[in-house]
Amino acid sequence: MTKIPAISLRRLSKSFGDLDVLGEMDLDVGRGEFVSILGPSGCGKSTLLSILSGIEEATTGEITIHGTPLNESGQPFAWMPQSDALLPWRTVVDNVGLGYQVAGGLRKREAREQARFLLPAFGLEEFSRALPYQLSGGMRQRVALARTIAQGRDMLLLDEPFGALDAITRTELQLWLEQIWGVERPTVILITHDVREAVLLSDRIYVFSDRPGQIVAEFEVPLERPRTIEMLAGPQATQLELDLLRALHVGSGDTP
Amino acid sequence: MIAEGGFRQPLNRVVAPLLMIGAFVGAWEIYARNSSIGDTVLPPFSRVAQAGWADRQSLVANTLPTLREVLVGFAISVLFAFLISILLDVSPRANRAVMPLLIGSQTIPLVVLAPLFVIWFGFGFFPKILLVTLVTFFPIVVGLIDGYASSERDSVTLLRTMGAGTLTVFRLVRLPSAMPGFFTGLRIGVTYAVVAAIFAEYAGAVNGLGVYIQGASGSFRTDLVLAGVLVAATLTLVLYALTVLVQRLAIPWYTQSREVSR
Ligand SMILES: Nc1ncnc2c1ncn2[C@@H]1O[C@H](COP(=O)(O)OP(=O)(O)OP(=O)(O)O)[C@@H](O)[C@H]1O
Ligand SMILES: [Mg+2]
Repeated sequence: MTKIPAISLRRLSKSFGDLDVLGEMDLDVGRGEFVSILGPSGCGKSTLLSILSGIEEATTGEITIHGTPLNESGQPFAWMPQSDALLPWRTVVDNVGLGYQVAGGLRKREAREQARFLLPAFGLEEFSRALPYQLSGGMRQRVALARTIAQGRDMLLLDEPFGALDAITRTELQLWLEQIWGVERPTVILITHDVREAVLLSDRIYVFSDRPGQIVAEFEVPLERPRTIEMLAGPQATQLELDLLRALHVGSGDTP
Repeated sequence: MIAEGGFRQPLNRVVAPLLMIGAFVGAWEIYARNSSIGDTVLPPFSRVAQAGWADRQSLVANTLPTLREVLVGFAISVLFAFLISILLDVSPRANRAVMPLLIGSQTIPLVVLAPLFVIWFGFGFFPKILLVTLVTFFPIVVGLIDGYASSERDSVTLLRTMGAGTLTVFRLVRLPSAMPGFFTGLRIGVTYAVVAAIFAEYAGAVNGLGVYIQGASGSFRTDLVLAGVLVAATLTLVLYALTVLVQRLAIPWYTQSREVSR
């Protein structure tokens, strides 16, 4: 890579006491690149995002953001946790506004005004005053995504954003995410269990091993953008899906 | 679902308890009239109501001071509970140090404490509100502390990644998370409040429901004793209902979501 990567991990590892969660890894993400990490449950994917977003410290190794060490880079990331973490007492518009309010330092009312502009793109306009318990799973994820965007960072860390959804809603939201990503093309690291999701959304895919998580394979996604579901049925996508499943050792008999 | 539940529920909520109360009063009436116990020892409800009504002026005059003690004591209790709970929440060391003291304060029998308070602080207002506060703050503190602890981890972490400090996290996540627990504590506390005030008055006071009941008991007017008790019970019920109402208004996100998931 000739350009300085947006995110660069060098010999990064993480242990919790005796538990080695992430083995040593080097990983790069280019500016505006959409990168997915695919790996078995418990291999340290969420932990990696925790380290990037500053919740946890790496045990060894270095992280640089556009060439600058992470701890001198302010907060470049907006993190979307694996649970949607919506605040049950806040309406949709105020949950989205939380990003403007806390990350952006706006007052609650100003944050709400800003959030209102964001809702239509997320299909949430009609639900702006609904409370989270009134929302479907798909809508909750859209609110959480909007809140992530509202933080105004140029890099997004998405932890299985569609993991809890049914297949139909998931596919719809994946296509929709690809669309809104295409507008400003922020740098994204997406964690997923879902091979198709990785293929449909990513520029590049890393496959992690079982714990301690290590990079066992890396694939470029040879599909054009904007992506369509038809592409998933094409020979390139099906071959890639197969390669990914093999890299994950699915169907080889050695998974527990 | 909304139309049906919305129409039927409030009706059930009022009618069912009224039926229960009616059944209780009816059973009392029938038993008192037909048993050999005698009117002076167990007057039927109708006589209690009549006697209470006839003596309403004195009854009201003695209810008001009790109500005042309850309200002031309870308000102080809530304030105190918030302060203590915040202290205990931010400092685990304070939690370990203070919690045994708080629990200890709850083990002192009221029978012992109430007369002591009168000796120490006299017959006035102060020992009453002190007792009400002492009795009611504990469930509120526990409710709040449990409530803080019920905050979603990911929500707290999320705010931290957004750059929020301890105070912002407390204000935006921990405090709202504690509201259901707070209201549970409030409801438990409020049911003790009237009893505590009457206890304090029993030990020595110039007026109040406790004094009224004591006086009636001294002159063998069981009907007026029971009238006083009925007023105290009604007072507690009304205060409880008010707390529930405030809860519905204050945290609709909690109350409503629970009704949906029922
Ligand atoms: N704070 C922590 N302290 C101790 N162990 C932890 C901590 N956080 C995570 N772990 C452990 O690290 C391992 C990896 O957890 P992590 O959540 O990163 O997995 P994951 O790849 O995201 O799994 P999943 O796909 O199921 O979400 C798990 O065994 C977990 O128990
Ligand atoms: Mg995870």
